[in-house]
Amino acid sequence: MKVPWSWLSEYCDTGLEPADLAERMAMTGTEVERVVEAGIADAGPFVVGRVVSVEPHPNADRLRVCQVDDGTGTRTIVCGAPNVDAGQAVIVALPGAIMPGGMEIGETELRGVLSSGMICGPDEIGVGERTEGILVLDGDPTPGTPASEVVPIEEVVLELEVTPNRTDCFGIYGVAREAHAITGASLAGEPWSDWDPGTDDECSDVVSVSVEDPADCLRFTARVFTGVQIGDSPAWLQARLIASGQRPINNVVDITNYVMLLTGQPLHAFDLDLVPGGELVVRRSRPGEGMTTLDGIERDLPEGTVLVCDGNGPAAIAGIMGGSVSEVGSTTGSVLLEVATWDGPGILRTSRELGLRSEASSRFEKQLHPALCDRAQAVAARLMVEVCGATEVPGMVDVFEHRDPERTLELRSGSVERVLGMDVPVEEQLEALDRLGFSPRPSPDGIEVTVPPDRHFDVTREIDLVEEVARISDLDTNLPATLPSGEGHTGGLSREQQAQRRTEDAMRESGFDEVVGWSFTSPDRIGALRLGESDQRSHATAISNPLSEEQSVMRTTVLISLLEIASRNLARGIGSVRIFESGRVYLPGGRTGEGLLGGAFPGGDPAPLYEPQVLGALATGEFRPGTWASPSIEAGFFPMKGVLEHLAGDLGLSVDVIPGAEPFLHPGRSGQVTVEGTGIGWIGEIHPLVARAFEVPSAVAFEIRLADLASASSVGDEVFREIPAHPAVERDIAILMPEEVAVSAVASAIGEAGGDLLEDVALFDVYAGEELPDGRRSLAFRLRFRAVDRTLAEEDVKPAWDAIVASIGSLKGELRG
Amino acid sequence: MGMIERIEEISESAQEAVASADDLSSLEAVRVQFLGRKAELTGILRGIAELEADQRGKVGGLANEVRQQTEELISSRSAELEAAELELSLVADSIDVTLPGSPAAPVGHLHPVTRTRRMIEDVMVGLGYRVVEGPEVELDYYNFTALNHPPDHPARMLQDTFYIEPSPATTGGDRGPRDVLLRTHTSPMQVRAMEASPPPLFIIVPGKTYRRDSDATHSPMFHQVEGLAVGEGVTLADLKGTLLAMLREIFGPDREIRMRPHFFPFTEPSVEFDVSCFRCGGSGSLDGGDRCGLCKAIGWIELGGAGMVDPNVFSFVSDAGYDPDLVSGFAFGFGIERIAMLRHGIGDLRLMFDNDLRMLEQFS
Ligand SMILES: [Zn+2]
Repeated sequence: MKVPWSWLSEYCDTGLEPADLAERMAMTGTEVERVVEAGIADAGPFVVGRVVSVEPHPNADRLRVCQVDDGTGTRTIVCGAPNVDAGQAVIVALPGAIMPGGMEIGETELRGVLSSGMICGPDEIGVGERTEGILVLDGDPTPGTPASEVVPIEEVVLELEVTPNRTDCFGIYGVAREAHAITGASLAGEPWSDWDPGTDDECSDVVSVSVEDPADCLRFTARVFTGVQIGDSPAWLQARLIASGQRPINNVVDITNYVMLLTGQPLHAFDLDLVPGGELVVRRSRPGEGMTTLDGIERDLPEGTVLVCDGNGPAAIAGIMGGSVSEVGSTTGSVLLEVATWDGPGILRTSRELGLRSEASSRFEKQLHPALCDRAQAVAARLMVEVCGATEVPGMVDVFEHRDPERTLELRSGSVERVLGMDVPVEEQLEALDRLGFSPRPSPDGIEVTVPPDRHFDVTREIDLVEEVARISDLDTNLPATLPSGEGHTGGLSREQQAQRRTEDAMRESGFDEVVGWSFTSPDRIGALRLGESDQRSHATAISNPLSEEQSVMRTTVLISLLEIASRNLARGIGSVRIFESGRVYLPGGRTGEGLLGGAFPGGDPAPLYEPQVLGALATGEFRPGTWASPSIEAGFFPMKGVLEHLAGDLGLSVDVIPGAEPFLHPGRSGQVTVEGTGIGWIGEIHPLVARAFEVPSAVAFEIRLADLASASSVGDEVFREIPAHPAVERDIAILMPEEVAVSAVASAIGEAGGDLLEDVALFDVYAGEELPDGRRSLAFRLRFRAVDRTLAEEDVKPAWDAIVASIGSLKGELRG
Repeated sequence: MGMIERIEEISESAQEAVASADDLSSLEAVRVQFLGRKAELTGILRGIAELEADQRGKVGGLANEVRQQTEELISSRSAELEAAELELSLVADSIDVTLPGSPAAPVGHLHPVTRTRRMIEDVMVGLGYRVVEGPEVELDYYNFTALNHPPDHPARMLQDTFYIEPSPATTGGDRGPRDVLLRTHTSPMQVRAMEASPPPLFIIVPGKTYRRDSDATHSPMFHQVEGLAVGEGVTLADLKGTLLAMLREIFGPDREIRMRPHFFPFTEPSVEFDVSCFRCGGSGSLDGGDRCGLCKAIGWIELGGAGMVDPNVFSFVSDAGYDPDLVSGFAFGFGIERIAMLRHGIGDLRLMFDNDLRMLEQFS
């Protein structure tokens, strides 16, 4: 909402600098986005002049040499305007004047004649549209009068960011009332007061209106003006429209815009002679209907669009834009002026469907009150007579079925303090509400108010009155800063939240950088993972209005984000990437895991999708950089598994990896990650075809569900075990094993065979060489035996050792050396 | 020369000899010279019995004293020389300490969003809040309807919403539109949390949010923190105090807060809140007189929205024990990226999700 300062000051002159009022408004609920200077920055060198004489230029056909009285004397000005004539009162820019474009006026020789100043055109000083001619002033202003006293050439404009609840501030008078309320400066009377459309109802003789569904159109008023003289609006009117961001068109259209800007209520003018029989019908559109709107665009109307129709069809899209069929133009003699109240949600819906938003629809969509119709008709009638020389046809057609009673509310004593935690004396409450137009009066319980029509839909409850009082009570200065007393303050992170932080910290300690990837991706990216149709991760949830194809479906694995980020970094010349993400994936709904990390969120309705928190990591290039003393370690399955083991260890857990295929992983170098027998994710080298699709040379990654990890974690619940009092006996065992027997199977066989005395089994060497028989490899374990109650002797260990050797035999292994 | 004088002479020369011994072997020679079996002092002590009776005590006492003194001198000199010799051998054994550590242990980094989120969580946990999280793919009911945004209300237009294509999992019934969407704010968790727990309730809700907007200051995905405090007698002044406490923890103890009335459908009264600029101290200009670029010379930095929970919102959770006549509450929300960008001087929001390691590795 653009508010020209001079217009605002006409109704409420606060005596403040614009920037100061802007600050006060910002602190009371209306943000002022900008304060801009429109028109002339310094009006000093612009004065009224009288053209004394006009003579042809000796050396140029199209220029004339004028003698102009500027109040101090006569000066010569060369002028190219065709309409300049002796006797005219004009605006003169004296030498030294700076025009809005920055050009400075000086004494210049024009084809041999010295010109001292410039006679201004309306567009040059921001009070009208561009024309060939100069601005000729009405009346008989004295030469030398400052131009700013005659036409509004100097203007400051406040650009307000009005919140959608404040429909009153979409009109200048409403903004003036707000300025009055927050500064206490006096407010001029309402510009629509003392208006009477006339009781002799001649209007309904020429116009008839029927409304099919009053739910669409709460009120429809129509008035008629005859003898309308179409022309350009006067400079003051054009200047205000231009400063308000509107383009002057002709006096009738300008009046509708001007009245809308003043009252907040949009209007629409029809050329009455182009409305057959003066009959208008408000109805919904029928299938296949279309029309050409005032912007010249031919539009197909969605079915059910509310229209104002004449006998031939649509004449206006209700509340959004008029039709060209009955547009007011140079031949118009009679005007039918519509001021109506439309159903706000309906206007919003239609405006969205049409992709067409106008000054009118942006006001109607917030729901205006029917009482505003009278205001707009009142101001418009006065201007139609004054500006267009029109004659009012007495009476008004008024289709107004459901009249809401005035809203009265009670603001109980104590309510303000209870909500704000700050006392506002009742006299101040009364004054605040009075200035805001609420007609407050003391009542037994506090204050009773009547809500003015332009706040009817905004202020509906006591709490809304509390807010009004709070706004005006200088909250910033007066509100104390306290902390809530009472119960319920037992803050803390939950066990699973602490576990999540531990996993993130473990990754950081392992040298990984955390990334935050997009939650959305493209169907192509999902497709590149080679997932089967039955795999839930291939069914990515689609966004119906995505910004782009690349962000059109929700990711079902963080692997996509990790691969994309790795690829981008590699492309930028970063050689090694070690990244992790702790975030959500979005899988088809109907099930969840445990807790917040498992997507089991609080609330009456379950979440539409299954959104487990996962931790994914990816490495490519160097895993550990080489140094002068140690070679680098390349990213590979085992370094990555080590990270996973470290991460689990941080939660007091150990992970197992068992063979198992994911379609996007190397089939021979990947596995399922399990904790205590439950699968929690995968680890492996990325399948070369997938790596190629993401333009990553080769990479190793894992992804695990945090809920499962967190719920298995023993952190915080550890139980103390006695520290061993007796020494251990260590024995190494070297075994020749068929290659296909997994190390984990050998270790667990040894563990079982070793019985209670066997405390630990640790692999310390794996060797496969040419001197070994085909298909066999050598495994070496260090075994630690210990008894809790005595020092073990050689013969104590022997039965366990023999059992271990036997178990190895049963796995087709044999002792080496 | 008498015996006494001789002993004193021996003592003196022993002291000199010990002091001038500059390695362990010459000190050993000194020891043999003065304390050995053939040493003069040893001889004197051995011959004490042969002295006159009145001399015995005096000479014996002094000789023993000198012997003991000399032993002590030698032993302390010996420790000195040993230490000096060790030092020499250690120096000979030195390494180039400027070589890098090995094997290299790469340092990882948390994303600035995570670090900032944790900081906010920790501050609010300290103020007695619990941290809860909610779904990012949300029902219209929680994102709009139950937050007092009726269907077709213009307030819904304030937020450009991503919608999910119709899915069979959608519920709804008479709880407003059945649409599923990407939550436009973390506020839906206000309603979910109140449905799940009766008052008093003090929670914060960090998480991802989504709006259909993309430029240098808008990202289609970003992070917010929501706060909700509901109990008996909770006031707008409590909101101010809570935000002030939080902002001082984040931006420093000298910060002030400014609350400007505003409009949000689910709070009444509603405010926007600003923190005084931590670069210029709120003055708008820097020490040298230059205009402060951080706050654009205003002295205040806009952070987020807040307000008292609208009674209409409580009416959606009245079954869970939220009666606006008995309890009141405040809610607030702000962007995590904005805090991170302010604290670390990151100018472009898009950098947050670009994940360039050269950027991420600047934040330990
Ligand atoms: Zn500053």
